[in-house]
Amino acid sequence: MTTVVLPGVLRQHADGAGTVDVELATGATVGDLLDELARRHPALARRVRDERGELRRFVNVYVDGTDARADGGLAAPVPTGAEVLILPSIAGG
Amino acid sequence: MTDVLLAIGTAKGLVLARSHDRVSWSLSDLQFPMNGIYAVAIDTRSAPARLFVSADSSHWGPAVLHSDDLGQSWAEPDEGAIAFPADTDTSFVRAWALAPSATEADVVWAGSQPSALFRSEDRGAHFTLVRSLWDHPHRPEWGAGFGGQAVHTVLPHPTDPARMLVAMSSGGAYRSDDGGASWAASNTGVSAYFLPDPMPEFGQCVHKIARDCGNPDRLYLQNHHGVYRSDDAGHTWQSIADGLPADFGFAVVAHPRRRDVAFTFPITADGMRLPPEHACRVYRTEDAGATWTALTTGLPQHDYYGSVLRDAMCADDADPAGLYVGTRNGEVYASTDDGEQWSQVAAHLPDVLCVRSAVVG
Repeated sequence: MTTVVLPGVLRQHADGAGTVDVELATGATVGDLLDELARRHPALARRVRDERGELRRFVNVYVDGTDARADGGLAAPVPTGAEVLILPSIAGG
Repeated sequence: MTDVLLAIGTAKGLVLARSHDRVSWSLSDLQFPMNGIYAVAIDTRSAPARLFVSADSSHWGPAVLHSDDLGQSWAEPDEGAIAFPADTDTSFVRAWALAPSATEADVVWAGSQPSALFRSEDRGAHFTLVRSLWDHPHRPEWGAGFGGQAVHTVLPHPTDPARMLVAMSSGGAYRSDDGGASWAASNTGVSAYFLPDPMPEFGQCVHKIARDCGNPDRLYLQNHHGVYRSDDAGHTWQSIADGLPADFGFAVVAHPRRRDVAFTFPITADGMRLPPEHACRVYRTEDAGATWTALTTGLPQHDYYGSVLRDAMCADDADPAGLYVGTRNGEVYASTDDGEQWSQVAAHLPDVLCVRSAVVG
């Protein structure tokens, strides 16, 4: 089981839940995880990735504390039991 | 009693103002906080009117939503109202224009960044890419203005569904006379002084186009330097900038009830984006651009540094018509006498990006 922790602003797109538990196959990636999220909560997934499947520029995904962008991006591995944080980056004026 | 809604899109959210007399206004709380509101529209083809908003979050991306209860609640499809088809390998950045059709029931048009036109046939819930413009051979050469590459102006014809005009910065105007099946550059006479050929077929930095209320072939164009009029539906343009204190600006609005009457908000120059003489002045023509009159009463006339962006000036559909101007200083002003006198609707808002108004009750 992998637990995805959502920022407050995205919880409205996950029936109000602060976390979403996802079952992933061994060897799954951040891309696989987001695909599963898209199946369950398409409005949520659209806030995280654009229609080309790319992570939005100012959205960060951390897998057990490691920034996925520094670990292969959407190809970053998601070990079984990992905690995945979706966070807005520091941006804006 | 007339109930007028004024939708104010700002850099950090949407404010809905309501008034019975267009002097006293009640303002909603800020909706969509921290979203840039790049376009709003009020579709009065139904009662209550359907509102549209283009909201863009720096973090969470763009959305186009609609409301059938005058902004009490908003809806959008889970997959989003607008997305580029997979084969385009393109991502939707935001909508810059939302335009209900005057001739086709349930049709709503949207102009997007990157430059594309979308059509909805379910009254703005779902939009489809207009391939004919996307596949235009000029598209690879369209540039990007400071605000991005976008179709920011969409002008459906008021009586003929076959005819339409769109415009973009660093690309120019394009018209269709066959229902959007094909598009022709529509910039003859409009200068692009910043290009090696200053009078190219396309590439002009058009900032906004408005259509005369009495003559649908008469158009007013605010260019990146240059103010023009067309009397042949955009085939050719001639300058009407004489009499203005500057030919730079973003907004141009046609009077909704008086033919040959239009309004602009001049800005000193490309390199000096401040109002001339540091005064907040709307300019009005009553003879299709032959002469211009400064409108100042009720607007700040000293030490004023605000400017008005391309969609931050509009008219309502009441009688007499109301005019509205929103500034980058976060002020909104209204006039019900064709600009002779202005009163303040709101102040201290974030930068105003767009305003639209209509009678809603």
